[in-house]
Amino acid sequence: MKYYTYFPGCSCSSEGGAKAYDWSTQAVSKVLGFELKELDDWNCCGSTPSGSVDELGAFCLAARDLALAEKNGLDMVTPCSACYVIFNRTNTYLKQYPKLKAQVDEALAAGQLKYNGTVRVRHNLDILVNDIGYDAIKEKVKKPLTGLKIAPYYGCQVVRPGFGFDHPEKPQSLEKLIDSLGGEATAFPLKTRCCGGSLIISEEDIALDLTCKLLESASSNGADCIITVCPLCQTNLDAYQSSVNKKFKTNYKLPVFFFTQLMGLAFGLTEKELGIKKSIVSAEKVLAKYT
Amino acid sequence: MVSETKTSTFVDDICSIPGGEGIKICIQCGTCTASCPNADKMDHTPSELIAMVRAGMKKEVLSSNAMWYCLSCYMCTVRCPRGIHQTGLMHAFESLSIKEGLVHTKTLTPTMYRLFNHYCSLGNLPELWFMMRFYLTTNPLRAWRMIPIAFGLLKRGRLSTKSRKLTPAGSNQLQAILKKAESLGGAK
Repeated sequence: MKYYTYFPGCSCSSEGGAKAYDWSTQAVSKVLGFELKELDDWNCCGSTPSGSVDELGAFCLAARDLALAEKNGLDMVTPCSACYVIFNRTNTYLKQYPKLKAQVDEALAAGQLKYNGTVRVRHNLDILVNDIGYDAIKEKVKKPLTGLKIAPYYGCQVVRPGFGFDHPEKPQSLEKLIDSLGGEATAFPLKTRCCGGSLIISEEDIALDLTCKLLESASSNGADCIITVCPLCQTNLDAYQSSVNKKFKTNYKLPVFFFTQLMGLAFGLTEKELGIKKSIVSAEKVLAKYT
Repeated sequence: MVSETKTSTFVDDICSIPGGEGIKICIQCGTCTASCPNADKMDHTPSELIAMVRAGMKKEVLSSNAMWYCLSCYMCTVRCPRGIHQTGLMHAFESLSIKEGLVHTKTLTPTMYRLFNHYCSLGNLPELWFMMRFYLTTNPLRAWRMIPIAFGLLKRGRLSTKSRKLTPAGSNQLQAILKKAESLGGAK
């Protein structure tokens, strides 16, 4: 059995808005035979806004989690693209900037913690396609997603600024994954363009413009649904789809799944354990022939 | 003996911030601006901001609205032919602008970021309270307009009224770390 430290992040925590992502991630890991051990007593990674308000404080927020994870000696996996970028950025900066490291070390010492910089932080998608692998995933497929046209949406922070596992502008991991589940990946020219991120809260009009472009790109390429790898992308595309329709007088009804939810369906797991009904845009019609 | 004091310039200040050192090697090709999904909303484009820093236009840069429209999508950063961390520069402009009290007043993003950071530093982001507090303090009318979206999320258990809490020991530890960080000033 392979083990990882698991960092759900606020959105995928028991009180967060992306519980379906957490549930499906856990369910899929059981089928594939690896275990995600949640980091004890973790705190919010700080996400992008903290670094914009107080840089040192933001590095310290992330460093506390990294120091706690280091005690387990395992790779740390997160399903959230923002957590993924923040932890990797913290690791990179602590290696690159000795003065910053000295400050962070001093702050951590005030909490009786020490971080040596050894935790490798990975995204959920990375471990599924690279550690477990497409072949092992294919072996577990009981109900192939034959005929389902899926737009593979990466968003920004899983591939940029580039901590590793796929191309920053033309990634292929999701397409290959869809292929091993028996589905059909549609062309999706805007697959690594921004959904509007957290500006959906402070600058809704600007974010809705960006979300609308994504829905248009997926829809015009014939997609039945979109898959995402990030809780915030899912919220913007799903919960705000009605706002896009209202603003632009469009009529999109594209279900937006976490990629692990579709993996679970292909593995024969139930809609309930994957949290399919937690989406705002109903997936009923699209999934009628698979469940 | 005449003592000579050297006043640090704005460009030096930016260079001393982790990730900010690239500002001196920019060739003004404009790739960052061309790659930015929000460049058309900014009063100064990303490449203009760099030129302005080098011209010492501290006040104009820090009171610009540009960095507050940055989505942190990192497209500029991966495309920059000089390897400049443009997104990191935007974050540095944001935190400096808060520190210097020069925040642009016509965008709500700084208020949202501050509130977000306030909750993060307590250990966890309670989504419902964060959103409600933000809308009620900035634009109560929008809080009203958000009701259908919030209701849809609430009904599906996606907007929790409770927030996840750290253990008392974990919370004390986090506060001790952040207090120390605060006493150490900005990231050097």
